[in-house]
Amino acid sequence: MNGMSVEMNVIGQTIDEAGKSAPNPPRTVLEVRDLCVAYGKVEALSNANLRVGEGQIVTVIGPNGAGKTTMLSAIMGLLESRGQVIFDGEAEYVPRVERMVARGMNLVPEKRELFAEMSVEDNLLLGAFQRYRSGKRDHGETMKEVYHLFPRLEERKAQLAGTLSGGERQMLAVGRALMAKPKLLMLDEPSLGLAPLIVREIFRIIGELRRRGVSILLVEQNARAALQVADYAYVLETGEISMEGPAKQLADDPRVIEAYLGLGGKHQAMLST
Amino acid sequence: MDFQIALLLAQDGITNGAIYALLALALVLVFAVTRVIFIPQGEFVAYGALTLVMIQAGTVPATLWLLLGAGVLAAAVDARGALASGQKGRLAGVLAWNVGYPVVLAALLYLLPLATLALPLQVLLALLVVVPMGPLMYRLIYQPVAAAPVLILLIISVAVHVGMVGLGLLFFGAEGSRTPPFSEARFELGPMMVNGQTIWVIAASIVLIVALYQFFGRSIYGKALRATAMNRNGARLMGISPALAGRLTFLLAALIGALSGVLIAPITTIYYDTGFLIGLKGFVAAIVGGLASYPIAAAGAVLVGLLEAFSSFWASAYKEVIVFTLIIPVLLWRSFTSHHVEEEE
Repeated sequence: MNGMSVEMNVIGQTIDEAGKSAPNPPRTVLEVRDLCVAYGKVEALSNANLRVGEGQIVTVIGPNGAGKTTMLSAIMGLLESRGQVIFDGEAEYVPRVERMVARGMNLVPEKRELFAEMSVEDNLLLGAFQRYRSGKRDHGETMKEVYHLFPRLEERKAQLAGTLSGGERQMLAVGRALMAKPKLLMLDEPSLGLAPLIVREIFRIIGELRRRGVSILLVEQNARAALQVADYAYVLETGEISMEGPAKQLADDPRVIEAYLGLGGKHQAMLST
Repeated sequence: MDFQIALLLAQDGITNGAIYALLALALVLVFAVTRVIFIPQGEFVAYGALTLVMIQAGTVPATLWLLLGAGVLAAAVDARGALASGQKGRLAGVLAWNVGYPVVLAALLYLLPLATLALPLQVLLALLVVVPMGPLMYRLIYQPVAAAPVLILLIISVAVHVGMVGLGLLFFGAEGSRTPPFSEARFELGPMMVNGQTIWVIAASIVLIVALYQFFGRSIYGKALRATAMNRNGARLMGISPALAGRLTFLLAALIGALSGVLIAPITTIYYDTGFLIGLKGFVAAIVGGLASYPIAAAGAVLVGLLEAFSSFWASAYKEVIVFTLIIPVLLWRSFTSHHVEEEE
């Protein structure tokens, strides 16, 4: 059963990849070198190295508590870290959130962090705050694009964000990040707590975003769906990157199947956390 | 008490209530965005009023030196930050805003014939001196400790208040002052005489409240401040920096305070330390609104104003006691009706 579905993914991937198997690897949007984060004496992330190419979806999978969210927060500048974050060709030794947003990096956090007592439309508008501040006032058009991508949001644009369903909230969080026209979109567990049908919808949209040229760094516990949509994947375990490779290759790797895709693996992952 | 007196007291109460409403709104705003309980709010009232008094007397207001000093300090801090992060391009802007602005303002104050200027220009100059102290205060005092717990921020607020009162004594002396009213007009409204300044205070308060409402409801900066108050992390991820939000908030708070001072200077004698009591009454109103609700805070402010006016008639020696005792039933009522929310982070 498992082998079957993995193989199907591989086919899906090859069709998708057909146009992009050019000999030149894509330009690097994000490169992380030796990133370390410590909470007090506990090292939550040690010497992580990672690369996201332009127009690629790169995923980081791993069990709960492996340091995935920590890694994204450090790259974004929400957490203090050591190491180097090279974004869009420029190195940041001390990333600062506002600066990273201004430079085109956006994070959709695990908790969504919406403005609950504001309308859907105001939430989206604030997504364009940094652009507005630097004189780029094209939020009207961007909002139309976001509504095109998420018709549900347009239907509910006057509704308060706090009254949305879980799936709609996730759509709003992604839509709000897109309002900044990011060069790199980082998604932290976008499928967490959502019904399977909505998870599928979210991943369909992630694929659609790639077609539009957005580079994506996707952190997921739902390894199966993540490996299906991604070009390249990293496995993060207890703060260290233990495996990496093209997504379809990892999906075939017996260790990954055992730990993250198979039924027995699920068991083990649960035991290890 | 006959009807006539009741009307007079009500008029008095509503006038003061309008000012308390403005201050309460500023307090709620500052607390919501920065978690600072802004004790020095009242000092901006006194500084605004007394700076106007000095300008009308034809002297260069002493508050200018505070602005200049704070500006130089802020420039030094910001320049150091800009150099440390290798952003030399920001230096010019840092210097222009923090040092250039006060210097230009000082030149204006020395060159203009202050005493003979039209009243609106004098008011404008007073605001130009006092209002920028708000963002400077945030930059120098609160921004470095922005992540501190509410209690620490409160203690710092008390210190800032004490410092500003002391400086107020130094700048303005111990004498109280009044300014001439904006208009000498008097209106007869039914059985009641309404004087022009009362109309000014109430109209200006309403205009300011409506303007704030528009600012928060329509402009992207107003929405950004509300977003920061609702979800600080979410706002940061949109590139709304807490420092920007803090400075903008303190600018508004200083504007509201200084403008309130200018408005009431013709009706009350303002001393260097009068602001504290006025601010505290705004604080009572803000507490009625749970430091969260703007409309309830505004309604509470009018209640405080009326209570003060009527208690000054019946028991004038106890009027402050009566006003501040209002907090106790309000706190009791709030603690029974609202569920306790743990402080975030």
